[in-house]
Formats: sequence, C-alpha cells, structure tokens
Amino acid sequence: MTRHERTVDVLVVGAGPAGLGAAAELAASGVRVEVLEREQDAGGVPRHCHHDGFGGRRTTGGVSGPEYARRCTAAAERAGATLRTGITVTGWAGPRTLDATGPGGLERITARAVLLATGARERPRSARLVPGTRPAGVYTTGELQQAVHLHHQHIGTRAVVVGDEPVGHAAAGTLRVAGVEVAALVTGRPPQPLAVLRRGPGAPVLSRTSVTGLSGRGRLTGVTVRHEDGRTTTLRCDTVVFTGDWIPDHELARRGELALDPGTRGPAHDASYRTGEPGVFAIGNLLHAVESAGTAAAEGRAVAAPVLRHLVTGSWPARRAALAVEAPLTWIAPNLIGPDDDRPLDNRFVLRTGRRRATPLFEVRQDGRLLHRQRLLLPARPGFPVHLSADWLDRADPHGATVRVRLL
Amino acid sequence: MNRTVTRAGQPLPDGPAYDVTVIGAGVVGTAIARELARHPVRIAVIEASDDIGNGTSKANTAILHTGFDAVPGSLEARLVRDGQRRLAAYAAETGISVERVGALLVAWDQEQLDSLPRLLAKAEENGYQAARLLDASRLAELEPHLGPGALGALEIPDESVICPWTTPLAFATQAVLAGVHLHLDCRVTAIEPGTEPGNGSGDEPGTGVHTLTTTRGTLRTRGLINAAGLHADAIDRLLGHDAFTVTPRRGQLIVYDKLARDLVRHILLPVPTSAGKGVLVAPTVFGNVLLGPTAEELDDKAATESTEEGLALLREKGRRILPRLIEEEVTAVYAGLRAATGHEDYRIKAYPDLRYVAVGGIRSTGLTASMAIAAHVTDLLARTGLDLGAPAELPPVTVPVLGEAADRRPYLDAGLIARDPAYGTVVCHCERVTEGEIRDALASVLPPASVEGLARRTRAGNGRCQGFYCGARLRALTERAPG
Repeated sequence: MTRHERTVDVLVVGAGPAGLGAAAELAASGVRVEVLEREQDAGGVPRHCHHDGFGGRRTTGGVSGPEYARRCTAAAERAGATLRTGITVTGWAGPRTLDATGPGGLERITARAVLLATGARERPRSARLVPGTRPAGVYTTGELQQAVHLHHQHIGTRAVVVGDEPVGHAAAGTLRVAGVEVAALVTGRPPQPLAVLRRGPGAPVLSRTSVTGLSGRGRLTGVTVRHEDGRTTTLRCDTVVFTGDWIPDHELARRGELALDPGTRGPAHDASYRTGEPGVFAIGNLLHAVESAGTAAAEGRAVAAPVLRHLVTGSWPARRAALAVEAPLTWIAPNLIGPDDDRPLDNRFVLRTGRRRATPLFEVRQDGRLLHRQRLLLPARPGFPVHLSADWLDRADPHGATVRVRLL
Repeated sequence: MNRTVTRAGQPLPDGPAYDVTVIGAGVVGTAIARELARHPVRIAVIEASDDIGNGTSKANTAILHTGFDAVPGSLEARLVRDGQRRLAAYAAETGISVERVGALLVAWDQEQLDSLPRLLAKAEENGYQAARLLDASRLAELEPHLGPGALGALEIPDESVICPWTTPLAFATQAVLAGVHLHLDCRVTAIEPGTEPGNGSGDEPGTGVHTLTTTRGTLRTRGLINAAGLHADAIDRLLGHDAFTVTPRRGQLIVYDKLARDLVRHILLPVPTSAGKGVLVAPTVFGNVLLGPTAEELDDKAATESTEEGLALLREKGRRILPRLIEEEVTAVYAGLRAATGHEDYRIKAYPDLRYVAVGGIRSTGLTASMAIAAHVTDLLARTGLDLGAPAELPPVTVPVLGEAADRRPYLDAGLIARDPAYGTVVCHCERVTEGEIRDALASVLPPASVEGLARRTRAGNGRCQGFYCGARLRALTERAPG
C-alpha cells in the first residue's frame, strides 16, 4: 500500500471561517481534530478580501478579510486543532474515509465524523453561457482579488462589473485600488431604492440589463449589453469581472453521493448540520453558497455540539422531512427537519429571494396545513439574506410530507 | 542535442536554404514535420501564431475516428483508416490519452432508424466490420440517461476519444528533438517561387529555391509543404495556384462539468443527414462531457466567437439527447473553424516542378488522419525529385498524461511524489494539476507562451472554476517563466 493510513476523531475538509470555527470549538472540547486545506494558507476566501466588515454582524466596521482569516486560523491553532495546508482531499475510500494528496505523499484518513467545509465559488463567464470571443481580461471577483492583493498583477485600464450585489461593489473597490476605472456595474435586476446613498465613488449601475457578449481578440475590447426593453450597446473596456452568482463547491459532496438540496445545490442538511450520510456533517458556504464569513464561522462553531453528541451516541436520523421553497424564493437552509428539536442558528432559517418584495409575508405549510405566517419588517432583496423564524418547528412533523415555504 | 525553437523578436537563423519547410504547425503540419524528421534533411516549420496546434487543432471534438462513415473510396476514407491505426499505436507509445468508449448512432425517428442498415453497410464497405445494430431496449441498457424516444442505434465499438492537445505536442516535440527548426510568430506574407532548373550536375532535377517573406524576415527553402489549415488557400495562391477555396465552418461546443461524466458512456452521434453530421454528446479523455458542434458556414477566418443562437441551439439539441446534461454546470464554451472546401474529400496535391505539396481541406477528421496524411505527403514530396535520404528512428518522446481514465495523473502517483514533492503540491484544484507538472511544462522543449498554452499542456486553469482559485497564480508562474 502506497497510501499512509490513519484515523482521527474528526476530520474537517476546508480551513475557511466555517472549518476553522468548527475546529476551534471541537479542539477546545478535547476532541482530536484535523483540518485539511488545499491552499497553502488557511483562512479561506477572506484571505484576499481586503475590504473591512469582517467579524461583525453588520456590513460596516469589523476588520479586513486577511486580518479576519488570521484570527480564525489563530483561534483554531490556539485551541489545539491540527491545521494542515497544501493537502488536497481527492476522494472517498469509504463512508467516513477520505483520500488526500500532499507534498508528503498520499494519505487515507478515516474519521469518526467528517465535516465538509469546502465553501463556494463564483460561477465564471463560461458557466453563465455568455457568448462572444475568449479574450484575456475576464475575471471573477475571487481571481481579481488574488491578482491584485496576493500577486500585485497589472489588471487593465477600464472595467465593467457584472453584478451589483455587495460582492460586485467589492470588486469595483478592488478595481479602483488597482487603478482601473470602473465604467459601469451591470445587473439584470431593477434599480435598488436608495442606491444613491450607498458609499463609494459612483460608477453608474445599469439595471434591468444583461451581458450578451464579449468582444476582442487577444484582449477584451468591449462588453455588449441589452436592456430589458431591447436596447443594446457595447461598453468599451479591457476588463470585465463576473461577480456573485455563487455555487457551493460541492464536488466532494457529490462524489460522496450526498443528497443535495435542489435550491442551494449544497448538501441537504438539518439544523444539526447532518447530511444524508451518517457521520458526515456540512457547514459554511458549501451549504448555501454565499453568506457572510461571520455566518460561516458561526455555523462552524454551532456544529460542535451535534458532532460531540454524535461521537457519543453514534445515532443518525433515518428519515427527515424536507423543506422546499416556491418562487420567488430560491433556497432555504437548513432544508431538512430533524426528529430532535434542534434549532437552526439564531433560531431562524436563512433564505434568498430572486425578486424584490417590498412587504414580504412568509407562509409555511405542511400537507396544506398552515404552520406559520410571518410579516417581515424590511423588504426582501435579491442578493441579501432573508430570515424566517423557526418558532413553528415544533408544529411540523419531522417524519411527514415536505414543508413548503412561500413568500407572498 | 540542438533544439531550435524561435519566437517573435528573435531573428530567423542564417545558413543555407532549408530542404523542406512546412507552413503551419497544427496537428497536420507537426505530423508532417515529425515524419520528415526521420530523414536526413534540414527542415523548418513556420507557424503564424505563438504556439503549435493553435488554430483548428485546438478546438475540435477530439475523436479518434474509425472512419466507418467516410465516403468509400475517397482519400479521406483511406487516410482516416490508416491514420487511426498509426495514431492509436503512437498514443500508446507516447502517453497521449485515448479512451475507447465506442460510439452509438442514435435514431430518434423511423426515418433515421430505417437508414441504420445502410450506414452499417457503408461501414463494412469502409473495411470496418465490428459495427452492429442495437434495438431500443439494448440501447436503453447501454445509455440509461438517454432522453425518451430513442428507437435504436448503430454501435461502433472502436470509436475513441483522444487528447487533442498532446497529439500535436508529441509530434512537434519529437520533430524538434530530431533537429527540425520551429519558428513561431512567423506569418508568411509573400512567396517567390524557385522554379530554376537543376544545377547541371544531372542528378538533381531542380535546385530552385523558394524565398518566403515572413513577418520575421526571409526564409529560403527547396521543398515546401502547405499545411496552413484555414489559410492553405491563401498560401496556395501565393504560389500562383487557384485550386481550392477554404470556407471556415464554425463549430461551437459546450464542455460540461466532470460531475456530468457518469451521465454518458459512449460518443452519442446523430444519424447523419444532408445538413451535416449534426450535434453529438461525447465524453472527453479529461472526464468532461462535450456537446456540439454547430455547423455554420462563414467567410471570416477569425470568427471563433460563440453566439447566443449557437449556444441555444446546442442546449436544445442536448436536452433531447441527454436531458440531465443540461442541468449540469458548464465548464467551458469554445468554437473552432473547420477548413471546408466544398469538396467532400481532402485536397492534397503535389506540384513536382515546385517541389511543393498543398495539403488542403483537412476537415474534422484531420486529427485522426494526421499521421497517415504525413506519410502520404512525405511520399508525394519524395516523388517530386527531392532526395529525402533513408529514414531513421526518431528519439522517443513522452507527453504529460492529461487523461483521467488511467489514474496515472501525478497527483495520484505515490512513487513520483516521494521522489519529488512538487508532484504532490496541487496548484489547479479543479483539474488537480501540480506544481511539478507546471514546472515541467515551462521547462519543456516547447514551453507555453501564455496561460492558454500552459492549459493545453497541463490542463491547469481549464477546470470548472476557470481561474477563481488559481488564475492569478498561474499567470504569475507563466509570466515569470523565461522566454
């Protein structure tokens, strides 16, 4: 056998805020935790997000991404977790056994509990099926931030940002830091009320507009856009950044044949972060694409109790009722209802909406039976989390039919 | 060993005229250069772009054809059949990834079903005896995710998929190692044909020397081979001929995520109609699934962009063939241009007075036929009176293993990692390309000049994230690399 075989109590895949949060809590409880990270440095995506706002609940204040990444890493190490970077998990060799590759060779690690914390990535231009030529100068926010902040590369002179969610504005900020003029932010969505009050120098936001093509050979020369009303124009630029449109990095979950939730495209899971596979937990942005680093870290910390319980009892629910959303909602997490009365983080579900609702009203039903109605105080906006109270959970039948959530 | 690879900014070497110059370093040009390299003659390959295999060769359906559906008796039929055998053997020798997945020509209506026996007979006429008809239930067993309504199929068990990038890389590397000069960024702008008669000694039928004006200076050569792909007609005209016109036929393709690979087991071909070969679904040796190509007659030889209509058409066709495929993530979209000439055959013609061979109209089968085309062209050239001398063995080459099937990728090779830990350091996570492989490519006989060139040698950056994780690092590595 050319693979080095070992066992640990808990194996965490991914050293972003979620994985590190889980490792810190579990190690503090005296459990042997090992974290495998394929990048050379721990900390996850915040490593290259140089804007502030990390570590706090609100979108302003807090610390920079790299500082936040350092704090998460230090906390896990201080608690006694083993962090191993530059190690890539390549597949499954058993229900809780993973194969890994690193400079030290091949390993096969069996754990009593596996925590998947593999995060999310932005869908690139190709996955969005944007036609045209294939010139240089096409980025996602993640690649742009690494190019600017980690590698100090020359970007370009004039850019278009696709997307106007917070990450789109972060991309615009990074472009400006790199000396690139931001020509416009392009979004298919209607104009955001009060957008003018948003901080930062204002590149125009072209709303109700989609990107229909890229042009330029060798280097990008323009982005063609089309307004909802049919008007088209070509924005002259040498750089374009595709932002938002997150997808969970679910390769390992799928290779392990974990059931996925159709809305989030992450593993289906209950409030205890249990997936469909006994002993396999999932946390962070793998579950629901992108929420804030603070949310991912909180999920990481919150998984510790259910993991510890599982290490003691070894039990796993056989059947759980699923949660499903109807349009304009796009997903809900958690999306399974466990038999025990575990509550989701902060006693609320996280959801996303595809369309704005000014005076949102939630309705939760199981088998047609109304379980809950809830009026929200703030508008529900695409690209921002919407929260649904979990107060109705004890009225749901965890062995019953799918629980359906509507936004009226 | 003297390895001569020159690029923009470097002068073309002085010295006597080349014996043979090949114009175009696509899969056909590099195959010809490799074949000629066996002979004791001075050879140059000149290529307009900054890399080998950078035109039609880099963007195709990557199928190693049996030639079952060629026009019986055509040159193409013969060269595809011969080329398939040669390339399969060469791939085994050099490490070019090939996967024998087999093909199914799927009939979706009664008319198509009725035409399958005729196609079976045609395959047999082409010397391919292993094809057989399948009924709907057997087809459903073989391809459980096929869309509803398939009535039956013709099975071609030997159709294979092949790595389209390491094939010209192996040819070109071997040629360069054998002493062939490769001049990149070198576009031909004019040719002064050398038609002078022999020097009087009587044993040479013509010593006329062609003078090629290129974007990097002049180059002199006795023999000339035109393997310029889409531009073969323009080169031919520079020599005063008007034998054929190349019309680019665009093929747009969608590459689906590796997580879709389990949905399909064979190359799923449509039953050919008068409108062309149609849209196929095929696994790739890299473990992705390919959907395409479109077939669009254009007049712009640079029109390699994808279009809204093209992608919509592919998705519509793909949804019928393999409904679940369309729900999967797309990794890449690309478009290639096939060199159509309006004639249903290759246009290979020798001009003895010029010691010149035109290799035109090499369409989508060119990858499969490349080595047979090379042998055929070398033969034609020898018969123009140019003395090529006796062939010898070529120095052996191996290419990077880019295919998924054999589990021989470096990241899975414990012995290799033990000898050199760089093969255990993954840089491109989606494709699991290691630092060792990237270092090797940058230090190879034909180092890439761009991140795209690096991708074709290693697959780094070609995965589902398209650079979200590794793009900036790959650019840093490529730009730091010496010339």
